[in-house]
Amino acid sequence: MALLELRNLHKAFNGQTVLDGIDLQVQQGEIVVVLGPSGSGKSTMLRCINYLETPDKGTITISDQSVDAESAGKKEILALRRKTSFVFQNYALFKNKTALGNITEALTTVHGIPEQKARKKAMTILEDVGLADRHDAWPSALSGGQQQRVGIGRAMALDANLMLFDEPTSALDPEKVHEVLDLMKKLARQKRTMMVVTHEIPFAREVADRIIFIDGGKIVEMGTPEEILDNPQDPRTRDFLRQVL
Amino acid sequence: MTELDLSFATDLLLQLVGVLPVTLGMSFLAMALALVLAIFFAIVQIFRIPGLNGFTQLYISFFRGTPLLVQLFLFYYGLPQMFPSMTAISAFQATILGLGLHFAAYMAELIRGAILGVDRSQMEAALSVGMDRLTAMRRIILPQAARIAVPGLMNSFIDLLKSTSLAFTLGVAEIMAKTQLEAASSFRFLESYLVLALVYWVVIMIMTWGQKYTERRLEEAY
Ligand SMILES: Nc1ncnc2c1ncn2[C@@H]1O[C@H](COP(=O)(O)OP(=O)(O)O)[C@@H](O)[C@H]1O
Ligand SMILES: [Mg+2]
Repeated sequence: MALLELRNLHKAFNGQTVLDGIDLQVQQGEIVVVLGPSGSGKSTMLRCINYLETPDKGTITISDQSVDAESAGKKEILALRRKTSFVFQNYALFKNKTALGNITEALTTVHGIPEQKARKKAMTILEDVGLADRHDAWPSALSGGQQQRVGIGRAMALDANLMLFDEPTSALDPEKVHEVLDLMKKLARQKRTMMVVTHEIPFAREVADRIIFIDGGKIVEMGTPEEILDNPQDPRTRDFLRQVL
Repeated sequence: MTELDLSFATDLLLQLVGVLPVTLGMSFLAMALALVLAIFFAIVQIFRIPGLNGFTQLYISFFRGTPLLVQLFLFYYGLPQMFPSMTAISAFQATILGLGLHFAAYMAELIRGAILGVDRSQMEAALSVGMDRLTAMRRIILPQAARIAVPGLMNSFIDLLKSTSLAFTLGVAEIMAKTQLEAASSFRFLESYLVLALVYWVVIMIMTWGQKYTERRLEEAY
């Protein structure tokens, strides 16, 4: 059974269709990279999976939690959301929390883990992301790359079934991109299930089990990195790759 | 021109310092009431909570649209006629209630603006880690909104503190009432009101220092 299943997902903004019937299955431990031109609906798809956007139609299933867009209740949505974690393009660290606080926050308030234990876990994670020495730094005092590593740490701490990454390196200075990608590669080796929207083609080739190409709110093509990157079938995929490579 | 009577002034000053706790007590209690109500009204408006939203708008419109003094009279003299149980309310309590309700209306707008001023991504991040909206408000949004709201709220508080002087019209023995009494019996109006003004001024200067300190504390993260 798939860990994530999207069935016939639809979303429109002000009458303009953005997701036009997405069907997708992601297996446990799989790393899926999502490619597609700007405005094709990649972020919207990712944000619908954890209900930061409300889909108009379709079903989302993550392991045993299924949510039908047309009859979704608050409780179901919360339960679904808690099966995912999200890494934002602009990091979106809690500005009123230190690096450590960003990670412990959900552990204590959502999962009811005692403060001491949460801090211990958060420190382990900060070591993993290489920022143990900056644990009491405010987000504003961290570089973009550091903030994003805390953002990834915050997501890691949730031990969610599925980690969602929306262009995690797009806002970074070029020289900071690798520190975030390296961390993500480390997560990939741990066999966490990940969906990553990115334009980093070499990363996709190295890490992805499968690449999905989206255009106009539809999955145009999917396959292994070799299939999609070296031998794309659809002209839209070819056009896109010619532009980014 | 007669000379200022310094010994009268010192004497009055000491008396006013003795009565100051009444003024400060009314101020802090009214401010606490106003804050709680204002946060409530702000959240009602932001989430457009059905039923309460319409009431909140009416409330704000009324309390901004009528003079504070009229509201105080309405609470102290008017309402007990309608609800005999309210006859037991003291002038002190009526002032706190009146000031609290009045300033809540202004502060609700201020807090609403501050909450809306917090970057949208903060709520999204809070939801993404599994918080419900209320927890996100309490833990992430309101603390950040506080930083935006503090300067405005301090102004409201200063305004509120000065407005406690209206309580003398209800017969509360606060610093304004005390001064009036002394002024009327001594005919030393200039000294009396100068000393009174000085007391308000010094108290508010101390508050302003406190405000600067709080603002610096809140800025530490940013
Ligand atoms: N909140 C929103 N309100 C209105 N339109 C939106 C909103 N979010 C996204 N869109 C529109 O939906 C389309 C797809 O956006 P998005 O999913 O962000 O694309 P991508 O991530 O692939 O660049 C774009 O045309 C964008 O302008
Ligand atoms: Mg996007």
